[in-house]
Amino acid sequence: MTLPTDAGSVVLQARGLVKRYGHVTALDGADFDLRGGEILAVIGDNGAGKSTLIKTLAGAVVPDEGEIHLDGRRVHFKNPLDARRAGIETVYQDLAVAPAMSIAENLFLGRELQRAGILGRVLRALDKPRMLRETVAHLAELKINVRSMDQPVETLSGGQRQSVAVARSAAFARHVVIMDEPTAALGVKESGMVLQLIRRVRDKGLAVVLISHNMPHVFELADRIHVQRLGKRVAVVDPKRISMSDTVAVMTGALRADELAGETLA
Amino acid sequence: MRHLPRAAALGPFVALAVACVFFATRSDRFLTGENLSLILQQVMVVGVIAIGQTLIILTAGVDLSCGTVMALGGIVMTKLAAEHGLPVPVAIGAGLAVTTLLGVANGLLVSAIRLPPFIVTLGTLNIAFAITQLYSQAQTVTELPASMTMLGGTFRVGGTAVVYGVVVMLALYALTWYVLRETASGRHVYAVGNNPEAARLTGIATQRVLLGVYVSAGVLYGIASLLSVARTGVGDPNAGQTENLDAITAVVLGGTSLFGGRGAVFGSLVGTLIVGVFRNGLTLMGVSSVYQILITGILVILAVGTDELSRRGAG
Repeated sequence: MTLPTDAGSVVLQARGLVKRYGHVTALDGADFDLRGGEILAVIGDNGAGKSTLIKTLAGAVVPDEGEIHLDGRRVHFKNPLDARRAGIETVYQDLAVAPAMSIAENLFLGRELQRAGILGRVLRALDKPRMLRETVAHLAELKINVRSMDQPVETLSGGQRQSVAVARSAAFARHVVIMDEPTAALGVKESGMVLQLIRRVRDKGLAVVLISHNMPHVFELADRIHVQRLGKRVAVVDPKRISMSDTVAVMTGALRADELAGETLA
Repeated sequence: MRHLPRAAALGPFVALAVACVFFATRSDRFLTGENLSLILQQVMVVGVIAIGQTLIILTAGVDLSCGTVMALGGIVMTKLAAEHGLPVPVAIGAGLAVTTLLGVANGLLVSAIRLPPFIVTLGTLNIAFAITQLYSQAQTVTELPASMTMLGGTFRVGGTAVVYGVVVMLALYALTWYVLRETASGRHVYAVGNNPEAARLTGIATQRVLLGVYVSAGVLYGIASLLSVARTGVGDPNAGQTENLDAITAVVLGGTSLFGGRGAVFGSLVGTLIVGVFRNGLTLMGVSSVYQILITGILVILAVGTDELSRRGAG
């Protein structure tokens, strides 16, 4: 399913995004660039427009102004389904799984594989064996260990549940996976497991957008960091060349982006 | 711990078996083929209504109007056939159309306008009751064409007479079981009840699923109308009064969670049989019907309590 885009070339791009809610301007001409095969972290203080930016890219919010390009083609997402059809999958913060349903059912929820022939077409009868086989394959590819694909998601740990949500996105995304605070609800060990998983998703050839408040996680994982402030992108920095404290200073406005040394920018 | 849910799913079967053993020791007549066939015949109407109720409860809703809607369907069918002289298939079709339409109304109010199912169906309950009384002028409709009560006829299995309507009920259970377990639409019913937000985010048209569930329930109530008419041989404007709550009791006794997303339709058949066995067994023992209602009430509170406690346990 994955069509790896050339590493380094821009997969998803936005220019001049504006979104106003009444007299509040959430996005004030924001730009965005995501390259193929990278993990781009998006950071910003509360109210920086981080969440609105991500929702715009995921199709959940329609911008008032500005353009979005996917693989060089202009796109207009009216809802999350449009973005998904275009190959952008989102893992939502609040573990968007159905707890009483099995891992395989959750993986294919809303995109069930149907049997060939009349049972599939008329009754929408499920091809359960194939769904099970493909779930096993998808989870093995990402090295996610669970006892059985038939077990309800609620019997899993928080990290395993999040892994199922990530695996679902990775299985269906063709270009981009957006992860909204994927480790927010997890303990240290579980977070480590999910971080490792996010790397594997990138190594599959997908571009990953990571939204996180957790600076150590961001620095551990990201290839580049998009710093959002007051509705705009103020800088894109290279985590290997900039300190965590300087990054936070740019994010909070204590340091201006043009005060940064040139080599810290990415 | 992992086997706990499976053990819990067996609860209704165990309760049914215990009840059967208890009544068998109390009355020689209980375990006769004739009596068991009678129980099935007595529960076939509420059994079919409970299928619709199961679908709705699986989406975390509830339908208080089910029995009354069924009664209205029966009155429409019988009046059109017996008093207006319409051909029986047309009269039956009209009754089905009325119950289905009420399902559409419930479904639109719950899905598109997002009103709470409890209140919506409380309204429908009263509306359907009033229409039933007005249209029938509170009179029982009698002298039905024979073909209308065909499903009340019997065939023999071994030495025991079995009513055709019971076969209809069992077939509807099997069909619903298949759809819920093996089709995308069925799994979407569970997903919408289990986590509506997750279902919506994965692209499931949750509103359409809800509407579909209420409409399907309406069709099932219409079939129950026909079974009720066939069983009693009349159109009874006061039918369905006990079925309103018995259907909910049966579904909950059968292990389907009122919080949605968990349960199975065959559990509702078992729940229906539990209610039926208690009614029948207590009658055989000569216990007055008031005590039967008392016991049904205790049973339903026990079932809901178990549901709530197991939910807290699952955390």
